[in-house]
Amino acid sequence: MSDWVFDGLLGTGLLLLGWQTLISRDLFRSIIWFVVLGLLMTLCWVRLAAPDVALAEAAIGAGVTGALLLNAYRALLIDKPPRHPSSVVARHRQTTAWAVGLAAFSTIVVGGISWALLNLPQAGVDLGTLVRSRLAESGVSNVVTAVLLNFRGYDTLLEVAVLLLALLGVWTVHPKDETFSEASSDFAQNSPLVGALLHLLAPLLVLIGAYLLWIGAYAPGGAFQAGAVLAAFGVMLYLSGRLTPTPTATFSLKLLLIFGPGVFSLIALAVMFWGGALLEYPKDWASLLILAVETGVTISIAVTLVLLVSGSPGLKRTYQ
Amino acid sequence: MNEFDTLLSVLDAWVSKTLVILGGVFYLAGTVGLLRFPDLFTRLHALTKADNLGLGLLCLGLVWQTNSLAIALKLLLIWLLALMASAVSCHLIARYALYEQKTSTKGQS
Amino acid sequence: MSADFCVGMAGFLLVNLLVGLLRIYRGPTRADRLLAAQLFTTITAGVLVLLAVGENKPALLNVALLFTLLAALACLAFVRLPSRHPEDAKEDE
Repeated sequence: MSDWVFDGLLGTGLLLLGWQTLISRDLFRSIIWFVVLGLLMTLCWVRLAAPDVALAEAAIGAGVTGALLLNAYRALLIDKPPRHPSSVVARHRQTTAWAVGLAAFSTIVVGGISWALLNLPQAGVDLGTLVRSRLAESGVSNVVTAVLLNFRGYDTLLEVAVLLLALLGVWTVHPKDETFSEASSDFAQNSPLVGALLHLLAPLLVLIGAYLLWIGAYAPGGAFQAGAVLAAFGVMLYLSGRLTPTPTATFSLKLLLIFGPGVFSLIALAVMFWGGALLEYPKDWASLLILAVETGVTISIAVTLVLLVSGSPGLKRTYQ
Repeated sequence: MNEFDTLLSVLDAWVSKTLVILGGVFYLAGTVGLLRFPDLFTRLHALTKADNLGLGLLCLGLVWQTNSLAIALKLLLIWLLALMASAVSCHLIARYALYEQKTSTKGQS
Repeated sequence: MSADFCVGMAGFLLVNLLVGLLRIYRGPTRADRLLAAQLFTTITAGVLVLLAVGENKPALLNVALLFTLLAALACLAFVRLPSRHPEDAKEDE
């Protein structure tokens, strides 16, 4: 009974937040609504018995995305300082006819998809039981990691490549002479509490990143979650001024970026020499290879996400 | 020996339930403070002090419930980290708000 | 302590969160809105801790840990915003 109450409250909250995010006229308020939506989404994943996704959502959706959006808002304010306060406002001037039409269209689409889903023919094979029956061969005992890195490793390889491509896309639109160093208040940089917090959190974050990477083999965790934690740490360093944006990326930074996709591709191709197909790990080596791939992917994801948030081609330590 | 065990387990359940409910009360106090206090600074106070106490009591009550030392330590770690993060957040937001008030035209705050 | 009690308490905390949304809606300054978001991080951590112990899923403790670790991130990003004249701030509506 209390389950239903909880899930009902969660669902109501989600709908409320989604509605307010879209309808709010103040951009900053929309950002905050969206961050809270990320919080509730984490709870949703937990209730849907998907703790791996909940971990990733907690690190990325509720942590890094908030910083990313606020950073973008800051760039917007500096770039186009509003002469009139309400010019930083999300504009929607839809008339009622448009709204009604769109609502009807969305209802038809959602209804159609739901009807199709409910009337699917019985699957010939139940994927869940199939995965569980072959779990022992995959080299790990966490079902999610087995699917991500062994049974459907090809998809993960392409995802990692797509992340790199996204970063390259950001680099191409990056203005050449951007100097967003104007901060009218240096609280984040000069505050002694922030320094103390970073000193305390640094070893913890690295440790927990490594911990999540390691337990990904047998418990909810894995490369993406660990990479997101390390990325959040890097974003904290960037936001508090410990890392400064540079106009070019150093060679070692580029090396770190391609380390993940590189290791993954190398292993994917190398196993073909042992008589397997692409990405078909030999059974005795499967867990070791998966760990190697995950480590590489963690490092690359962390560096990529930090660079995506800072928007600049490179970052270097701030020496004072 | 048996009755002592059952008495202990009943006491355990009652103590942890009380602590958890007390934690919930403090969370409620934090929310009421957030909504009813007149000023940003008073709301900051309600938020960062009452809520963390609520979380602490919650964690304490749940520590009583678990058998594993690792889980108990993790619960305490969660509370300590929440304290640290709240302290820094409160400090930063308060300084920012003060700065905003000072750089406005004098006589506005 | 039954799972029902824990989920019930978690539901109570969720009600707190939903009621606190009012501050995001009303809060006259941006800092008010942000500090409501900070509150919700603590509430969500509490919910996760309750669900972890109540339903015996220790993985959820890791999620709560991540929340508390990264709670200060939004604040760090917020204080870099250029400060605004309070009169501008009051016209948010």
